[in-house]
Amino acid sequence: MAEAKVAARSFPSPFDVATPPGAEGWQEMYPYYYLFSPERREFEDGKLWFRDGMHHPEPLYPFDTVTSESWWVALGQYNSRVFIVPPALGIDQRVLNGYLYISANAITDNEVVGKRVEFFMKRAGYYFKNWNELYAKWEKKATDTIKELKAIKVPSLPEMEDESVVTEGRGVTSAYNLIAAYDRCIENMYKMWHLHFEFLNLGYVAYLTFYGFCKKAFPDIPDQNIAKMVSGIDVMLFRPDAELKRLAQLALDLGVNDAFRDGRTPDEVLADLSQRKAGQQWVADLEKTKDPWFYFSNGGGFYHHHRSWIDEPRLPFSTIRSYIGQLQRGEDIARPMLQVQAERDRITAEYRALFKTDEDRKAFDDQLGLARTVFPYVENHNFYVEHWHHTIFWNKIREFSQVLKDADFFDEVDDLFYLHRREVYDALYDCIASWAVGTPARGPKYWRPIIKKRKKIIESLYNWTPPPALGPPPEVITEPFTVMLWGITTERVEEWLNPSGGHDSKTLSGFAGSGGVAEGPARVVLKVEDISSIQEGEILVCTITSPSWTPVFNKIRAAVSDIGGMMSHAAIVSREYGLPAVVGTGWATTKIKTGQRLRVDGNTGVVTFLD
Amino acid sequence: MASQASHIIWFRDFVPEARPLIGGKNASLGEMMRGGLRVPSGFALTTLAYDAFIEHAGLRPRIHAALGGLDPEDTAAVEEISRELRAQIERATLPHSVAEELRQSYAILAEESRTPTPPVAVRSSATAEDMEGASFAGQQETYLWIQGAESLAYHALRCWSSLFTPQAITYRARMDFPLESISMSVGVQRMVDARVAGVMFTLNPLNGDPSKIVIEASWGLGLSVVGGEVTPDDYWVDKVTLTVIRRNICHKAIKYVPDPAGGGVCIVDVPEATQAAPCLTDDEVVELASLGKALEVTCGSARDIEWAIDEGLTFPDNVLLLQCRPETIWSRRPAAPLVKPKSSGLDYVLDAMLGTQHRKPE
Repeated sequence: MAEAKVAARSFPSPFDVATPPGAEGWQEMYPYYYLFSPERREFEDGKLWFRDGMHHPEPLYPFDTVTSESWWVALGQYNSRVFIVPPALGIDQRVLNGYLYISANAITDNEVVGKRVEFFMKRAGYYFKNWNELYAKWEKKATDTIKELKAIKVPSLPEMEDESVVTEGRGVTSAYNLIAAYDRCIENMYKMWHLHFEFLNLGYVAYLTFYGFCKKAFPDIPDQNIAKMVSGIDVMLFRPDAELKRLAQLALDLGVNDAFRDGRTPDEVLADLSQRKAGQQWVADLEKTKDPWFYFSNGGGFYHHHRSWIDEPRLPFSTIRSYIGQLQRGEDIARPMLQVQAERDRITAEYRALFKTDEDRKAFDDQLGLARTVFPYVENHNFYVEHWHHTIFWNKIREFSQVLKDADFFDEVDDLFYLHRREVYDALYDCIASWAVGTPARGPKYWRPIIKKRKKIIESLYNWTPPPALGPPPEVITEPFTVMLWGITTERVEEWLNPSGGHDSKTLSGFAGSGGVAEGPARVVLKVEDISSIQEGEILVCTITSPSWTPVFNKIRAAVSDIGGMMSHAAIVSREYGLPAVVGTGWATTKIKTGQRLRVDGNTGVVTFLD
Repeated sequence: MASQASHIIWFRDFVPEARPLIGGKNASLGEMMRGGLRVPSGFALTTLAYDAFIEHAGLRPRIHAALGGLDPEDTAAVEEISRELRAQIERATLPHSVAEELRQSYAILAEESRTPTPPVAVRSSATAEDMEGASFAGQQETYLWIQGAESLAYHALRCWSSLFTPQAITYRARMDFPLESISMSVGVQRMVDARVAGVMFTLNPLNGDPSKIVIEASWGLGLSVVGGEVTPDDYWVDKVTLTVIRRNICHKAIKYVPDPAGGGVCIVDVPEATQAAPCLTDDEVVELASLGKALEVTCGSARDIEWAIDEGLTFPDNVLLLQCRPETIWSRRPAAPLVKPKSSGLDYVLDAMLGTQHRKPE
């Protein structure tokens, strides 16, 4: 890879990128191994690093690297050490100015690749062959891991241990339990990410093999049509929205729909309901539904501040309110499952009929079959990991923070996330030592100025626009995972090097995520907290969308995102709702202002500025 | 009535057995109508009408005398005979019964289109299989925007006379084509006052991709596109989902319109404001593509289609197919598999993975 030919033009060297004003000292927030460093400069300067805006679009809070660091190991090892993927090792990571950059480690020595083939065929073959059985096992492992996490008790530090410690001869105390619980939480996170990649790489390559075949047979076939042939009907990510529709119908059936009057907060609605018998029945149903369907993040789940419906019920409640309205007007809001199924069958049969030889029909059938086998995992794993598990994880961590806050380490619970997870371990140790010994901890004085400084740094980093890539691009991008998972192609890199090339200032291009054409005013949403600002008839412009935004797709006319490809949530949900979407434009949130009129062409992937 | 039916056959009454009487071009219009596609109304003057005409005008012996034993390589003689025969045909008159049927049929068209002298296209439609494939000049006459029964009858004769262009005479002589089999049908089809017109392929003409429909369109009648006199807009549609996936909007400076002086068509400038404007809406593109897709199903293979958008009608009735022929370039190629067959899905995966890796090197 080091000897790959270097194009004439290059992205900035990571060693030449200046620190944004106000962010001086950002390096202290991250572990030593996560930084570009003089010791590895020759290696690091010799390859292309691209920004992982798909999963980590915002600056990394020190604690939140627990997610990126987890997948760094988990993804890599499944390629390099488990399935022995012939041409690929792992995806490397570095942080620069708070943003995550990643770089693929390809194997370019044909002899080495050849030796790996045999192992890959045996091991990946085993998984593909036993996919459904292994996937059923996976679902159990994933749910068990979530249960284990949920069961972890975070003790507070009492003035005096309970007498039962003595009468039951426990031998361990709250101090031990606290530190052990923290370790278990972190281990649980690592484990969940191992599980995440147990199937994902294989799932994606199977899907993308079919994708590549379709592109070869039918050049320019819209990505969305390939996805339509493969995608499942009963997808977990649509379930939370379906539950809201059901709850809306239930409110009507029970005659308690008036409780959802405009302007009421979720608490006010619940207070009203709990005073009526039928209302209590609705609340009981809601409580049952919440676990797990409200463990649904408003963001990607990778950041502590991506809160879920369970934490912030405003979005689901306002959605229930609008569904009640739609039902009262006699609208049919149920997902048209039979139509979706029929359309999938029709499209598949029609494309298949276009092949002229038996060989190609067999190739189509085999590859589609495999893609459909793996797809339930590809579609559903996010719900288990990033939504259900991470919602519980971030809240569990907040419980530790509460203990530290009670010990006067922090002013606010979320201050903890400005500490790396190993710094949190130190703080907890400081705290239990102080509790055990009866001495003042150093923490309260030590961490406050650090947190204050880091808050300022993070804020400065939010205002900085990270370059899409760093270092010299190879002439041709060949590493399959870079191309397949992140959509980083030679053409894309060329576009980054020359962002205005080939485009006028009136348009912006991306992937055609979902078909159709729509016009309307833009609503630029930069932070997930702002999602409720969206008005009826607007065009959503965002860095990346989350599946839990599904309900707002009832309001918007089209969606445009900076990041994402054919498999992105925005594209999947838009197809489902029949809304045009252009995804992966790179610059939409930078170039478009709220209120600006846009034309979104989801067939060609072009956004036109009408003003 | 029986003889009447055999001189003229309406496209809408087409049955496959009528093909030898009306020729390939007319038959394809009949098939399009039978397939439920939107095609402007019209009819065919059959080969029996031709035979009746030749008999009535007493031309058969002359044709045989002139062409029997002719040396096809004697260019001067061929040209001399061509001139003579064509002049005689174009000077002659239709037998009364045929003329009367033609007049009545034209009157029906007039009634349908609620105008006394509806403009029609008059086209030759060859009947012999090898003639259908022979697209040399003179054999495929088309007269546009013909109005009135007299003019219609005259242009039918001109189509028939095109059987005797020097090229046609030479070609037949070289092929040893029997003289008694010379015959031709003529198609008469109501003309569309086209706001926009063009051609459509039910596959990608550049690479043969059968999942695409490609439409070329320009302002006015379709002549400018067919004749390559403008760079038309092109629109690319996915055949399965009927979504527009690409459009290239070009600069279209001229267009063909009906000649205001009467009779035929002429070229005018396109107003500057609309030269670079897209000439089709997405709705029109999708409607055209769905008609093209349906036609391909009716015909059983890829088509090359002429179409127009009628100025006077409303969507979707204004979207009309005018004529079609089989696509020949890609459809005739032997089909080669895209991939070597493998024993399992995993083998394809491995191939794809190594393919991305080893695609270069230089």
